[in-house]
Amino acid sequence: MIDLKSNVPEGELAEKWTKYRSTMNLVAPNNKRRIEVIVVGTGLAGAAAAATLGELGYQVKAFTFHDSPRRAHSIAAQGGINAAKNYQNDGDSIYRLFYDTIKGGDYRSREANVHRLAEVSRDIIDQCVAQGVPFAREYGGLLANRSFGGVQVSRTFYARGQTGQQLLIGAYQALARQINAGTVTMYNRHEMLDLVKIDGKARGIITRNLLTGEIEKHAAHCVVLGTGGYGNVFYLSTNAMNSNVTAAWRSVRRGALMANPCFTQIHPTCIPVSGEYQSKLTLMSESLRNDGRVWVPKKKEDAVAIQQRKKKGTDIPEEDRDYYLERRYPAFGNLVPRDVASRAAKVECDKGHGVSPTGLAVFLDFGAAIIRYGKSEANKTGVKNASHAKILELGEQVVEAKYGNLFEMYEKITGENPYKEPMKIYPAVHYTMGGLWVDYNLETNVSGLFALGEANFSDHGANRLGASALMQGLADGYFVIPYTIGQFLSKEIRTPMIDSNHEAFNEAAKSCKARIDKMFAINGNQSVESFHKRLGKIMWEYCGMARNAEGLNKGIKMIQELKAEYYSDVFVPGSNEEFNPELEKALRVADFLELGEVMMRDALNREESCGGHFREEYQTPEGEALRNDADFTYVAAWQWEEGQKEASLHKENLVFDNVELKTRSYK
Amino acid sequence: MKLTLKIWRQKNANAQGTFESHQVEADEHMSFLEMLDVLNEDLVSQKKEPVSFEHDCREGICGTCNLVIDGRPHGPNQGTTTCQLHMRHFKNGDTITIEPWRANAFPIIKDLVVDRTAFDRIIQSGGYVAVNTGQAQDGNAIPIEKDQSGEAFDAATCIGCGACVAACPNASAMLFVSAKVSHLDLLPQGKVESAKRVQQMVNQMDAEGFGNCTNTGACEADCPKEIQLTNIARLNRLYTSSMFSTSKKY
Repeated sequence: MIDLKSNVPEGELAEKWTKYRSTMNLVAPNNKRRIEVIVVGTGLAGAAAAATLGELGYQVKAFTFHDSPRRAHSIAAQGGINAAKNYQNDGDSIYRLFYDTIKGGDYRSREANVHRLAEVSRDIIDQCVAQGVPFAREYGGLLANRSFGGVQVSRTFYARGQTGQQLLIGAYQALARQINAGTVTMYNRHEMLDLVKIDGKARGIITRNLLTGEIEKHAAHCVVLGTGGYGNVFYLSTNAMNSNVTAAWRSVRRGALMANPCFTQIHPTCIPVSGEYQSKLTLMSESLRNDGRVWVPKKKEDAVAIQQRKKKGTDIPEEDRDYYLERRYPAFGNLVPRDVASRAAKVECDKGHGVSPTGLAVFLDFGAAIIRYGKSEANKTGVKNASHAKILELGEQVVEAKYGNLFEMYEKITGENPYKEPMKIYPAVHYTMGGLWVDYNLETNVSGLFALGEANFSDHGANRLGASALMQGLADGYFVIPYTIGQFLSKEIRTPMIDSNHEAFNEAAKSCKARIDKMFAINGNQSVESFHKRLGKIMWEYCGMARNAEGLNKGIKMIQELKAEYYSDVFVPGSNEEFNPELEKALRVADFLELGEVMMRDALNREESCGGHFREEYQTPEGEALRNDADFTYVAAWQWEEGQKEASLHKENLVFDNVELKTRSYK
Repeated sequence: MKLTLKIWRQKNANAQGTFESHQVEADEHMSFLEMLDVLNEDLVSQKKEPVSFEHDCREGICGTCNLVIDGRPHGPNQGTTTCQLHMRHFKNGDTITIEPWRANAFPIIKDLVVDRTAFDRIIQSGGYVAVNTGQAQDGNAIPIEKDQSGEAFDAATCIGCGACVAACPNASAMLFVSAKVSHLDLLPQGKVESAKRVQQMVNQMDAEGFGNCTNTGACEADCPKEIQLTNIARLNRLYTSSMFSTSKKY
């Protein structure tokens, strides 16, 4: 058993980070210039880290598989970013943000990391404003806020429905400035295929140049991964098509541990699947639940009529609608956390009350909000005795100002007008709380290998709250790693430049080349895409919104069989020495096949329900998640090094000194 | 629906390119890229090389996808990226021509894939606020008028796809450059470096080989984010005034 040391500093929770920061080891400016750092990924975490480390004077090499660092999938985040600013004077505080995040994560995250996240959340907003991020503002010129699920204060900062885009462009521009200054060397279209370790320390990576196929060796004193999550293991997810687990997974194969891989977030409000050809799913921001009311028909015959397109949502009278979230969770209503909202939608659809031809959709209705806003707008603008049509017109204008681009996106995809008809939504895979195991310094169990943002596991427990992913990515990149990396690098000031001709690099490069040759040599009959789709279906069926031991055992077997078939019958066209997206996919799917099995093993091992992990065997009589704190208050970290027959489990016990473990209730 | 596709195929930057015809069976609910997925699955099943095209988020925000469809960047729909275009806008029996962005500053890599790193270099030349992490004052210290902030946001929604360049008969990058110049100039945080920024970015744009702007307005018409021509006017004004207002030239 590996002894997993969290390295959480001593002292009071609220003072740990401040004290630690003031006493940790530093690297002097003259030494920083002689130290090289590799940063993989240029999303919020990676770009923020690369830019900040460059500003500090380190020699940074940044890598992305995209054609430009501005394309990372952080860009697609819609709703917002949390910060405990308490600008709304509604009782918010660092402690409250900390507490909400711990509770929202169903008590499966590390207290000290989460508290630090809440502390630095305020600096993030200041930093982004200074960079020129155009956050939404009130008439007085000050920053606006809205609410997100699982909380009762208004602490989410936003830039219409494009918050991720604006934050990423801010980080991208900070990165561009460092590239211009020469502190960061940028490698576009380079995909990390392996981690290189020398004497147990991470000292570099092997990349494939996606334009030429060249296998390249890049050395540095340490390696930082900001490579995102692994939601695409499900094939259909809200992730971008190229998002993948390869950088993280190859690190696992070199000894890093994958923590809580079964903790995946199924987002409740996505546009439902429309056909077999579907390549990805599109999220409708959680911010819509501020004003949208979720419902299904009370009567099954109404649902059936809607499924058969004989009736529309607007045909169902008010008294025949079941606003099931408001009914079941009166305290939080439509703004319950994502895991709770997703499961509730599944329950209604499983009972046959779904509202799309497949029966897998519920309504998200803005009718009431449009009328409410229309009336208030009529009052404000002095329109007396406004007609119903006028109220609708004014109300639609308010809703458009708030959510215009989301409504437009919905209409483009579905061809339906959400101002007139309620939206149809269904849960879809969105985010992965699991990730590489890291300590308080964000360092993995491999010395000198760090993981930031969605790529690590540490802050969101078993369920992430809305608008917290952007917060964590930027916290890790701007305000945590620039300090904590010094704990490692201060011991490396006498280490000369790492030589990329070291035998460890040659061995790793050779093994990458062999993996590529193997993919071409199979020369089978089935496309990479078809295997990925089949893997996704197995994952969704047996490791999706609800799981049980029987299904998971079956799923593990099915994945093993699929993997064997993959290595005997996949077809990869073209050659390595060219731009070859099929080869890129083939290597990624190979890693997803291994990860998928570990996710199932993790879900099987965790005999409790918590957050996004719902084991059917463990639920309350009302169908709520039933945690087992006595046996499972730990981080499950899986080891599956190259040469090891199957994954093995290591544990970090979670200690809660400051919050009392309670059953989560949003009633 | 049955469609005929005329697709540009080109092995690499130096090879001679040509149009290749393919038949494909599509569903009206598919996105344009899902229709191409169907074609590629078919090609792979015949052990032929699939068509290379770029895409990532498939929800209109990352700026990766870039196809000229029937002569128009991102196709016939106003304010829509290629990935957001759906087949319900085409008819059974249609012939659709698909080409890459065509501009000297965007060399072709393969088939429909082009190199847009010129845009990154333009941003690197000055498209940022020079502020290090940790130096910022409180986010509410400087109030910004709501509409002004909204205007900055409108310019900042540029996704860097390059459709403006592909649409322009001169392959000019003025809409892209002016969107960034405007976004930052409209905010007090970016105003400080405005004169320097506009000169440096225009210099870099010229060095990359983009053409001149002759106010045809094609960029605005095809911009999937509907970035407005007024940004180009603002850039021209800022550029000219910077030449008089600062003694230093960049």
